[in-house]
Formats: sequence, structure tokens, C-alpha cells
Amino acid sequence: MANVIKLKKGLDINLKGKATAKVSAADVSKVYGLVPDAFWGMKPKVVVKEGDEVKAGDALFVNKLHPEMKFVSPVAGKVTLVERGDRRKVLSVQVEAAANQQYVDFGKKQVNSLNAEQVKAALLESGLFGFIIQRPYAVVANPDDQPKAIFVSAFSDMPLAADTNVVLKGHEGNFQAGIDALGKIAKVYLGLQPGSVVANTKNATVTEFRGKCPAGNVGVQINHIDPINKGEVVWTLGAEEVVFIGKLFNEGKVDLTRTIAVAGSEIKEPQYKQVLVGAKIGDIVAGNVKTEQKVRLIDGNPLTGMKTNEDAFLLAHSTEVTAIPEGDNADELFGWIAPRFKNFSVSRSYFSWLQPKSKEYVLDARVKGGHRHMIFSGEYDSVFPMDIYPEQLVKAIIAGDIDRMEALGIYEVAPEDFAVAEFVDSSKVELQRIVREGLDMLRKENE
Amino acid sequence: MGLKKILDKWKPTFSEGGKLSAFGSLYDAAETFFFVPNETAKVRGAQIHDAIDSKRSIFFVVIALIPAILFGMYNIGLQHSIYTGACAPDACPCADIWGNFLYGLGVILPKIVVSYAVGLGIEVAIAQWKKEEVHEGFFVTGILIPLIVPVNCPLWILALATAFAVIFAKEVFGGTGMNIFNPALVTRAFLFFAYPSMMSGDKVWVNGNYIDCINGAPAVDAVSAATPLGQLAAGDPVTASPMDTIIGTIPGSIGETSVIAILIGAVILVWANIASWKIMLSTFVGGALMAYFLRYDGAQNFEWWEQLTVGGFCFGAVFMATDPVTSPRTEGGKWIFGFLIGAMAIIIRVLNPGYPEGMMLAILLMNVFAPLIDYFFVQANINKRAKRAKK
Repeated sequence: MANVIKLKKGLDINLKGKATAKVSAADVSKVYGLVPDAFWGMKPKVVVKEGDEVKAGDALFVNKLHPEMKFVSPVAGKVTLVERGDRRKVLSVQVEAAANQQYVDFGKKQVNSLNAEQVKAALLESGLFGFIIQRPYAVVANPDDQPKAIFVSAFSDMPLAADTNVVLKGHEGNFQAGIDALGKIAKVYLGLQPGSVVANTKNATVTEFRGKCPAGNVGVQINHIDPINKGEVVWTLGAEEVVFIGKLFNEGKVDLTRTIAVAGSEIKEPQYKQVLVGAKIGDIVAGNVKTEQKVRLIDGNPLTGMKTNEDAFLLAHSTEVTAIPEGDNADELFGWIAPRFKNFSVSRSYFSWLQPKSKEYVLDARVKGGHRHMIFSGEYDSVFPMDIYPEQLVKAIIAGDIDRMEALGIYEVAPEDFAVAEFVDSSKVELQRIVREGLDMLRKENE
Repeated sequence: MGLKKILDKWKPTFSEGGKLSAFGSLYDAAETFFFVPNETAKVRGAQIHDAIDSKRSIFFVVIALIPAILFGMYNIGLQHSIYTGACAPDACPCADIWGNFLYGLGVILPKIVVSYAVGLGIEVAIAQWKKEEVHEGFFVTGILIPLIVPVNCPLWILALATAFAVIFAKEVFGGTGMNIFNPALVTRAFLFFAYPSMMSGDKVWVNGNYIDCINGAPAVDAVSAATPLGQLAAGDPVTASPMDTIIGTIPGSIGETSVIAILIGAVILVWANIASWKIMLSTFVGGALMAYFLRYDGAQNFEWWEQLTVGGFCFGAVFMATDPVTSPRTEGGKWIFGFLIGAMAIIIRVLNPGYPEGMMLAILLMNVFAPLIDYFFVQANINKRAKRAKK
């Protein structure tokens, strides 16, 4: 029986348009694009030229600081564009998919016969190492580090997030192989929700989490299982990426096919789609977006995701694409006093507390208030299930006080851990941006 | 929508470079007063937000104050009627409820207007100077100020004190959310120390005529009426019954007399998650304990628990101590903060012969200590983390 940890703090936001369990293949995109920015903290060095032919699994760019760390093409085809922005920053490397998909053969391997170095080398070569995120700093892991442990959260309770049970169904074998492989590098901890399809995973310390969002955040789970101290490094991975790793060893190829949720109030038929990393957002949502009002497409879930558009590419870590109303023409009158029955709020100055928990809300992308200094206290704390003072930490970051950031536990957090706090904040402070800046500041200082 | 069109039409005039750009922050204030901003989330960060904003939270505090305001109006009229003989002191409720209420309305309205005009005028000017949006924090401060002064406090002094508080207690620290002291209480403290004759004694609590409350008492034929706290300080028996003090038909600052009206406000604040129930509760606990230890002998006709029903204790506990900006930010700190306010208020009342009322000074004192209280809680977390790292 797994350990059970119950969390009291948090907030479940029940949005309309949750994906039904229907899974179908998305339209094949003509062009796929790998976006370096999705691998935060890595400096890309492009190793292909426009016109090169690549197989699925061939490197498109490598990490400048660790050239052995490759980032590989999800498809076979011809490199059509290395898209650059200001100061020649690489925005994406685009590959036109060939009719016949060929995969680079990395060779089937018995995970049990490998040692840590061999697993690491295989991950670096196949481009899967880049999916590992380390803490501190919430950036792409450094292959030279020996992590204290590897944490995998096999569920997300963010609004509209993909249900990992749907995503992992049928992939349990590869998931186990992936866990086995990671176990060669360090001790593996697996965080689960009740009723998980991978509850019987071996070679990992399994912990069941019960509580509200963000209990599925790996950072919250680490904080309750084995908090990170200064000088320690842990690695984290999403559940589906563990399947990628398992597939690499079981089948000898890199298959970056994800089962993502396409969800949200502005999606006609919310469902799951099988798509490759780097697919065009437009192809994923083709014909499935409502057109009555302006829609905001989000790469990811509405709390931690990023605004995207139909021409953009699915980011490497995304497990869902969501669509909500933009709402920038709402012109809502007297928001400070009107009852606003349709709105959702943790504050009982609205009426959502009277509604049954099953009521689903349509929330648009408005910030819904002016930006202020932090006025009301305890707002972040009530939705921040970690042994950290979130408000004080954010203030230390704003002040640029590095010693205090360290003392208050910045090593343990990632921007996503502040997502629910950012949602409930009545002063509308951009917490995730601030935390990201704090982490980057600290990393620059320490390296 | 018509209103939106009008606002949009005027926008360029008030924007940078427009003819009336000097009043831009006033335009912004009007626009956000009518409409929820249509600003949408940035590319990164939370794409959805809770519908709550600081405007709504702050207006809910004003709503919570309404019972105290309405009762204060009635009580001003009632005290006036008792003085003029239109109503016998022990014949409460006085028959002419509406007459009393309207009299009080006439007395309190100029104070509210002056407080808002002075305070908001300064806030708008500073916001314009700093090229920021006007913050709504003063909507609470501006209504609190008339409620915590004696009825005969003259308007010019009120204006002066409000200006002092807004500038030196709030804006110099950076505006709403950055101040150390509760601005409304700084207003009162300013009056208390700069114009003591307007703030205490027996001559300021009952309004003899409208003119008194414009020019200021004590007028020639000032009305003498002692508050229960004044009687206690003087060593006299308290004349008001517990029922009077709970209902609030006693002399006192405008908004502070009725325990019932204030508790209705407290329920609204706690129900809407706007004020901390922890601070309120611990203030009452601290006050009750200290009142019990420092109880009066029977000669003064005053039970220990009545301390909590007289003076500004309830009003301070519910509306002043719970100011989120000047109280501790940590949940544990709130318990200590409230407890010490309650205890300190009673200590000042009972043990200090100079000040019959201690709530204002207790809260201001604890405002100073709020960051220190937080420090201990945050430091405990820091130490725990440091200790964990050493292992």
C-alpha cells in the first residue's frame, strides 16, 4: 500500500469543456517545429541547415553548454526553416514531414543490463534527456549532476488538464521500463492520484496525494516527500515523458507521440488527440474551435500554459491545448458591486460558493482587476500547499534579495507552483513571471 | 453600449498628449469605476483569473460599515434630542426615530464629504504625479475617518487631519498596500494630540446644533455628556446600562457606539473572507482576559466584560485591527497581533490615568510591531530550512 499524503490547501477550478475519454489521431501537420524556449534554461546551437534531410530522432539543435545533449526532430523530413527572432535567437526549427516516417534506430536495450552512465548516454543521444527538468531553478537538467532523487508526478489537477489515466492507458509497460531506467540514475519517487493506472509501478517509491490543485504539481509533492535543500539537485519528469524513455529502450526509437487533451469552453468537442510534439496548433484544433466570439488558444492548461495561436507549434512539455474566450470586449459594468452570478471566485463576495461543486464555469482571459501592491494577506497561503511563505518569497524576489530568496526556499519552487496563487490574487500580481525571473536571477548568480 | 462609447470618445483627450491629460488618473478612476478592465492575461502566466479584485474587496468593507454609519446617524439625533429635552434619557428608543436619523444625517454628511474630498483630492493628485492609477484604498479610510471622531469635531480640523494622514501615513510610504500605520487611525491620533480639546472630555460628544459641528465645539453653551469611559476614568459610576452600550444609545464617536451594528459588519467581513476572523477573535480574547484581571470594584457599577462593549473596542477590533496592510501577513502572527491589541487597549484604559480610551493607541502600537511579529514566524521557517540543510 502506497503512502498517502493529504493536502488541505489548494483550489480546484472547475472549468467547462473537459475532454471526454475519446482518443483520436490528430490531422498530420505538414510542418513540425521544435521550439527551444520550451526547454527553459538551455542555449540552443542549431546543428542542421535548411534543406537537410532528417529522420525522426536526428538532432535539430544541441545544448551549447552541453553539446552531448541533443534535441531531436519528432518527424522525418526536410528542414525547411530555422526561424530566428531578435538578436538571432532561435525561435523554432521547422521540419516538413516526409510521406514515409523513418526513425533513427537507437537499438533495443534491456534496461536491467544497463548502468547509470549508459542510461544517461542513451537519453542524451536520443534527445529525451532534454525533457528532464531539474530543481533548483526549474530548468533543463545538467547531465553532470548526480541528482538526489528523480520525481515523477503521474497526474495533473490543473483545470482542463489531461487525465493521466487516459494518457497512460496501454502504455503501462513502457512506463515501467522508463521508471526502471531512471532508477538506474537515482532513486525514483512517483506521485499518484487515487485510482491511477500506474499504481502498481515497481522500482519507485509510490506516494498517493489527496487534495486540491496544485497537489499534482511535482514541486508540491517533493516538498512533502523529501524537500530540496541548498546544494541538492533533483530531477523531475512528466508521466508521458517516462513513456518516451521506456519506448526508447523497448523499441529502440524516439517516438514523441503524446495523447493530449483538447479542451475548454470554446472547443466544440473536447477530447484527446494523439499528436507529435511540435505539431501545428492549428492542425490539432482544426474545425473544433467555436467561432461565436474571440478565442484564446492556450498551449497547456489555463493556469500554467502559454497563449498560443494556430500557426504556433505544440511545445515540448505540453499535455493539453485549451481554448477559452478572450473576453477583451466584455465591457462588464460595475464589477466592484454587481452580483456577477456567472463568475467564479474564492471570495464569498461572489455567489460561486453557493453553487454545487459540480458546476462548470466559463472563464475568459481577462485579468479582472487593476494591478496593485499586495493588499490582502493570506490569499497565496491558502492555495499554496508547501512549507514555504509564498508572499514573503515573492517579495524577496521583487526586491532582488538573493540571500533571502535562498533562505525562504526558492530552490524548492517552480513558477507553476504559484499558478493557483496567481489566479486567486486580488492584487493581480504576475507571480509566475516574478518567480521565473527570481529563479533565472539566482541561477545566473550561482553559475 | 452608450456609456462605453462616451468614455472611449473622451479617452484621447485624457490620455498622454491630450488636452486634459492632467486629469488622466481621474479619467482612469471613472473608467474602472464603471467597467471591469478589459485587460487580458499576458502570453505567459495564469491565463484565467479569479473575479475578485481589490476594488470589490474594499467596497465590501464600506458595505460592512453601513450598519454602523446608519446607527451613528440615528444616535447623533438621539443624543441631540435627549439634550434638547425632546426625548427623555431613559425613554429609548425615542419616538421620533426618523427625525433623529435625519438630524444625524445632516451632521455626518458634511464630515463624509470633507473627508472624501480632501483625501481623494490628494490621492488623485499624487496618482497623477506618479502617473499611476488611483487606488481605491481611501474609500475605506475616507468613511472610517468621520466614524471615529466626536460629533463636534469641526470640519476644518477634520480636513487638516485627513490631509496629514493621507500624505504622511500613506503616500510617503508608497500608497495603498505599503503603509505602516492605519491611515484612519493616524487621522484620529493627529486630532487627539494636536487638538485634544476637540477629541476628549465631556463637551464633544453631543451635538447642540448644526453650527457646532461646522465651527467646532466647545461652543458657548457646549453640551456636557460623559461617555462610559470618561466616567470610568473620572472614577464615577457608569450611568449607561449594558443594554445601552450594546445597542449603542450612548455618547461616543459617531460609528463606535453600537456593538450590534458593528457585529453585523463583522459578520459581513468574515463571511466575505475580507477581514481576518483570527484577528477579531484574538482581540476580543485578549481584551476580555485583561479586562477580567483589571476589573473595577463594584462601586463603579461596571462588570469586567462591559469593557468590550464601550468605547472604540468593538469598532477597532472589527474595522481597524483587521486592516490587512498594517496587520501581520502570517496567519500565526494574526493571533498574537490581535491578542496584544485587545490586552494593550484595556491596559491603557485602566492603568493610564491620562487616556480614558486605549484602542487607538493599542492598534497603532501594534501596527509598529506587526512586521516584527511576522519576522519571528518567517524566521522560524527559515531556521527550519537551514537546519534541514545541515543534516
